[in-house]
Amino acid sequence: MLPQLFFAYFAVMILGLALVVITRRNMVHAVVWMLLMFVHIGGLYLFLNAEFFAVIQVIVYAGAVLVMFLFVVLLLNLREEQGLPIFIRGVQGRVIIGLILLLTLVSAAGQASKGQGGRFSIDYIQRQTHIKVLGSVLFNDYVYPFLIMGFILFVPMVAVVVLAIRRSNGSS
Amino acid sequence: MEFLYNLMIPIIKVAVVFAVTLLHVAYATYFERKVIGRMQCRIGPTEVGPYGLLQPFADMFKSLFKEDIIPAKADKAVFFIAPVIVLAPTMSSLSVIPFAEGFMIADVNVGMLFILACASLSVYGIILAGWSSNSKYAFFGGMRSAAQVISYEIAMGISLASVFLMAGSVRLDEIVKAQYEYTFSMYAPHLLIGFVVFLIAAFAETNRTPFDLPEAETELVAGYLTEYSGFRYALFFLSEYVAMFIMSSIITLCFLGGWTIPRFITDILPFLSYVPGILWFLSKVYFFMFFYYWIRATIPRYRFDQLMAIGWKILIPLSLLNLLIVAFVKRFVID
Repeated sequence: MLPQLFFAYFAVMILGLALVVITRRNMVHAVVWMLLMFVHIGGLYLFLNAEFFAVIQVIVYAGAVLVMFLFVVLLLNLREEQGLPIFIRGVQGRVIIGLILLLTLVSAAGQASKGQGGRFSIDYIQRQTHIKVLGSVLFNDYVYPFLIMGFILFVPMVAVVVLAIRRSNGSS
Repeated sequence: MEFLYNLMIPIIKVAVVFAVTLLHVAYATYFERKVIGRMQCRIGPTEVGPYGLLQPFADMFKSLFKEDIIPAKADKAVFFIAPVIVLAPTMSSLSVIPFAEGFMIADVNVGMLFILACASLSVYGIILAGWSSNSKYAFFGGMRSAAQVISYEIAMGISLASVFLMAGSVRLDEIVKAQYEYTFSMYAPHLLIGFVVFLIAAFAETNRTPFDLPEAETELVAGYLTEYSGFRYALFFLSEYVAMFIMSSIITLCFLGGWTIPRFITDILPFLSYVPGILWFLSKVYFFMFFYYWIRATIPRYRFDQLMAIGWKILIPLSLLNLLIVAFVKRFVID
């Protein structure tokens, strides 16, 4: 009973907080609510015994990504826009696409099954600790996908630096 | 009955740790004023109580009874919650610190990463405090502080990664146990670069001199604290001193062997092994608290661009180099 209650709390809070985030008129308030939502997602990971993901969720999403959001919101200075009656009108294509995606997800949810066990049983992971198992899988079995991911992330970083250098040369 | 027992033990532990930490904060301020006073040829507080020992309590009551001023155009909800956002993660990261062998509130596998997560959450309090005050100086101070904390967090995390690599664990008690096997029973001589990088980053993380840019009086009044008064100011103050305590604890646990003392000392003087571990732990922690004050009395403040250059151009490459060296040594020499 207790696990279901915990799950219910996290599920309801995550969905509710997500709704609160997109309905705030003040963007800074939206970011604060989103912070609370990220912490709840971390709690949900913890509930699934994925403690490493829970901490990474907080460090990466709450600690890095959301701080960047906050910086952007503060730099844009949206004080006047807050007074506007409504930002976007009418039914839009993206809303329909989003609904279709949601429908696909919901219809696929019934067919979800437990992944293949192999040697990674719950007992094995608890004995080896989560981080060790994750590291050994990531850096031994999936090392090429991992390197490709790193390269994909590296390209935009170079692009940003190139753009920034060109901008600073143009102004001077 | 057993359920109650299991519930009571953590609550008692939390109460003990919180009480000790709050008392620590009170006397850390007294210690700081005495040390800096002596370094500046003064004698520090002497009036309240014998040797001025009750001065921290006088300060506490003063800030409790002060008028709580809220700027007229402040965003009230965010203004109220900002000090709490700073204090709550800082206090909760105390829960994974092993003060002595087997004494920690929460025995979690992610140990050190939990502290890093808490540190990354308390940045919000600083930014939001600056933003919600609706004042130029507070806003600039908040932005500066946030940029500084985020930049130095990277160097800190990478230099800690070398410790995780050496110990093969992120649990703080296992890091201490792994260190005991090495010469000197500490990582500081082995991971010298990582140790120095972490030490510098710890100063920047806690916004202390020479990196106390957010509070640079001459340019920014008091940074993000400008509009805070009374008890809300005291909350920020409290979390700064708790953060210093946590940083000193991390240095002690990850680089200086925590509650253990070097084995060659106990070989020469065997009776020292009967001294409880918490004493060694606290003496190392308070050495670093003293070091914080010593630096504050000695080194002038950096300029903001110098601060960023130190963080990004020196500390991060150095910590990466340290990580590479440690990885090679661990793979080809130790294993």
